[in-house]
Amino acid sequence: MPKETVQLDQVIIRFAGDSGDGMQLTGDRFTAETATFGNDLSTLPDFPAEIRAPAGTLPGVSAFQLHFADHDIMTPGDAPNVLVAMNPAALKANLKDLPRGGDLIVNTDEFTSRNLSKVGYADNPIEDGSLESYNVHPIALTSLTVQSLKDFDLTKKEAERAKNMFALGLLSWLYERPTDGTERFLHEKFERKPEILKANLAALQAGWNYGETTEDFSVRYEIKPAPLAEGTYRNISGNLALAYGLVAAGQQTKLPVYLGTYPITPASDILHELSKHKKFGVRTFQAEDEIAGIGAAIGASYGGSLGVTTTSGPGVALKSEAIGLAVALELPLIVVDVQRGGPSTGLPTKTEQADLLQAMFGRNGEAPVPIIAPQSPSDCFDAALEAARIATTYRTPVFLLSDGYLANGSEPWQVPNVSELPDLTVTFTTENNWTNEDGSTEFMPFARDPETLARPWAIPGTPGLEHRIGGIEKADITGHISYDPDNHDKMVRLRQAKVDGIAKTIPDLEVDDPTGDAKVLVIGWGSTFGPIGAACRLVRDGGGKVAQAHLRHLNPFPANTGDILKRYDRVIVPEMNLGQLCMLLRAKFLVDAISYNQVRGMPFKSHELEAVIKDVISNV
Amino acid sequence: MSDTAVPIALKAKDFKSDQEVRWCPGCGDYAILAAVQSFLPELGIPKENICFVSGIGCSSRFPYYLTTYGMHSIHGRAPTIATGLATSRPDLSVWVVTGDGDALSIGGNHLIHALRRNVNLKILLFNNRIYGLTKGQYSPTSEIGKITKSTPMGSLDYPFNPLSLALGAEATFVARTIDSDRKHLTDVLRAAAEHEGSALVEIYQNCNIFNDGAFDLLKDADSRDDELIRLVDGEPIVFGAEGQHAVVRNAHGGLKIVPTDSVDASEIVTHDAHSSDTTTAFALTRLSDPETLHHTPIGVLRHVERPSYDRLMAEQMTIAAENGVGDLQSLLKGSDTWTID
Repeated sequence: MPKETVQLDQVIIRFAGDSGDGMQLTGDRFTAETATFGNDLSTLPDFPAEIRAPAGTLPGVSAFQLHFADHDIMTPGDAPNVLVAMNPAALKANLKDLPRGGDLIVNTDEFTSRNLSKVGYADNPIEDGSLESYNVHPIALTSLTVQSLKDFDLTKKEAERAKNMFALGLLSWLYERPTDGTERFLHEKFERKPEILKANLAALQAGWNYGETTEDFSVRYEIKPAPLAEGTYRNISGNLALAYGLVAAGQQTKLPVYLGTYPITPASDILHELSKHKKFGVRTFQAEDEIAGIGAAIGASYGGSLGVTTTSGPGVALKSEAIGLAVALELPLIVVDVQRGGPSTGLPTKTEQADLLQAMFGRNGEAPVPIIAPQSPSDCFDAALEAARIATTYRTPVFLLSDGYLANGSEPWQVPNVSELPDLTVTFTTENNWTNEDGSTEFMPFARDPETLARPWAIPGTPGLEHRIGGIEKADITGHISYDPDNHDKMVRLRQAKVDGIAKTIPDLEVDDPTGDAKVLVIGWGSTFGPIGAACRLVRDGGGKVAQAHLRHLNPFPANTGDILKRYDRVIVPEMNLGQLCMLLRAKFLVDAISYNQVRGMPFKSHELEAVIKDVISNV
Repeated sequence: MSDTAVPIALKAKDFKSDQEVRWCPGCGDYAILAAVQSFLPELGIPKENICFVSGIGCSSRFPYYLTTYGMHSIHGRAPTIATGLATSRPDLSVWVVTGDGDALSIGGNHLIHALRRNVNLKILLFNNRIYGLTKGQYSPTSEIGKITKSTPMGSLDYPFNPLSLALGAEATFVARTIDSDRKHLTDVLRAAAEHEGSALVEIYQNCNIFNDGAFDLLKDADSRDDELIRLVDGEPIVFGAEGQHAVVRNAHGGLKIVPTDSVDASEIVTHDAHSSDTTTAFALTRLSDPETLHHTPIGVLRHVERPSYDRLMAEQMTIAAENGVGDLQSLLKGSDTWTID
């Protein structure tokens, strides 16, 4: 008899296991199935920096949370409804997040006395009654997997490794997910290992069948597709979207992309991805260090490429002097900082947005650099194009501040029509740009475009325009070395005015205020967009009035930013740092903004922000 | 971009910029600049296709005094910038001008990695064994015990031998020359320019303000014949006014200097810059005394062929595009999509 199907509008599942259990892969595949099914979704991978911490220990726990729904959602969810715990460590590390009454699927095979004692359980929580407030599904995942693969020519260890596919099969059955995409994926992944391929496929099927036959699950769940706008969709993570955005930037500017970089978590995937796209004219150079990475990107920009360097906070610190050089040279450059917890090595795999002031001010001298920050994983694509527009139009380094949450999180993305992408075609200067009083012409490397204040980009190989640039202060117009006090004052102000002038070309800051009479504004930047937006919805659902604005351009700010801030009685600035944007807003606009902060290496929870907003509203 | 088919005959003056040269009077850099300006026309390369990149230090002002493209960058990083330029623009002739502080101290890491990759760069390392621009501190090539502003009781640092370092870093072209020997300097520059890949040319350069006479032993008419080992590819290594000193192998796998008439001619080492084995080249670099530079080999120590990084990168780009250039729309779409209508 077919089992009963229950309709749900949304579910949050967290897969948790040992670093070697394949939880990220399981989460990725479930996400892909969910995306193909047409739900809106948002994901949060959460893994340790250690590649393989000692098995079965708390530091080795790796988790993947997925929120999917039949309506549009903004975050990976505050707390899971369903926790899949592959071992005692995963249970111990994650149980505190599972609300009472939540579904708990545990792999009983791993709850041995040895594994239990490793994480400090005196008794087996599955048996001692301590989990009675949860809806526990104890399943011998490992032995069921091994049993289902007994006819294959595999060692026990190899068979056990397929247990994540068994779990995926079971969850796919439980939520009516299509598995054909995962089957295709396995075919590609294990093309050269036919026995492993067959075993994984069999484990996936066995997990599905187990769901159908076991009495432990009396119902299945259906979450209908979300009514998203018409179009073609795919699921995309922030790092992938950023890499695609850079490829697109090369196409739209008609410049070869040159990535000079050094591997660093959580930015390395951008290098991995771009290294695959040589046929788009993308060159990737893995340098000997962070400084060499940006140096090569600057050299390539000088030669007429779109120079890019990708890194995280510690790498930015090392690149600072070179970024200052790019400011002085006035050459295009994109500096991608996928922020992580700091200071120093900090929390390499955890998210934070505490590099804003480093991007803004972390150089010697007056060295203004435009800053833009994407607000969601898929928005990294558009942010990369915008960074390229600013860099090439204004001949300046540009900071693109992503973070660990955007980088690894994913969401559905409406695939853009390439013909509708902005035309960013760059033209190099090939002729003299200056007319002397006697009518003769010359090339002046620091004669500026009156509209943008950008200097000409004349690349080596251009006859007649040979010139020298460098980090020593340059004379206005001629570009000769100049120690003249008045010239330096002028050049410092010109470089600042050039960056300030970008505000003329960026869209006004928009406010989402459905009733139009909110007294409280919540303003954020970067990856907090989802949690802030979800929190505002919660406030409004409860009858509260709140306005939301989100900054994409942080230097310069949109021209109307000050006007908007002054419209509200109270302004709240939630940030995953100790108040960096708030400091800038207070300094620039003299607004008595309230900073709300958290630096836990995890995104804000929307219910937490909801409480903060309600508290401020009640005190207006 | 230039498609100049017939190189225009350029002269030294065509490479002299209108900028006032601001090195100290008597600085060895003047001689090197003059030699480079005279030599560049020989390359037959249009001036717009030549680019000089420098770091920081006295020598790094060099690009301002030429009429080619140029960049005066930041301390120690010139090889990185030049690497980005050379690998993205294989059509250019890219030169790096650096000093012993710039290349071997703050920029040591970049130098060794540029050399091992064999990026198509010609690196001119002006070695004056002192920090000049910061007014007289010891450098990584200063002799141990050197009294300077920062080492009143003598430097404790053991010096680098730049050529030993370059050989250890897998350099394909390694040479040494001297600022005051215009002909030798030009010959070495010519050989470096013809080499595909990284070429490291160490140029002993006198700083007459902070380290005057550092190379007098190798320059003075009285001593130079007995102190300089002039290497000529394919020739037995002998030196001295009468050829009275010869280089032979020692019992430990290295080299030693003996009176020429004390050995059979067949025992004298023949210089082979093209040897794939670096052992003898390395041993040659070790003949010189790290303190006094007594018995210093000059000339091209190593000159071997290995595909340049630039070329290998260009080849990968070509192979990747063999089945057509990329289609952005299909890239963005990927393989796992769904449609809502």
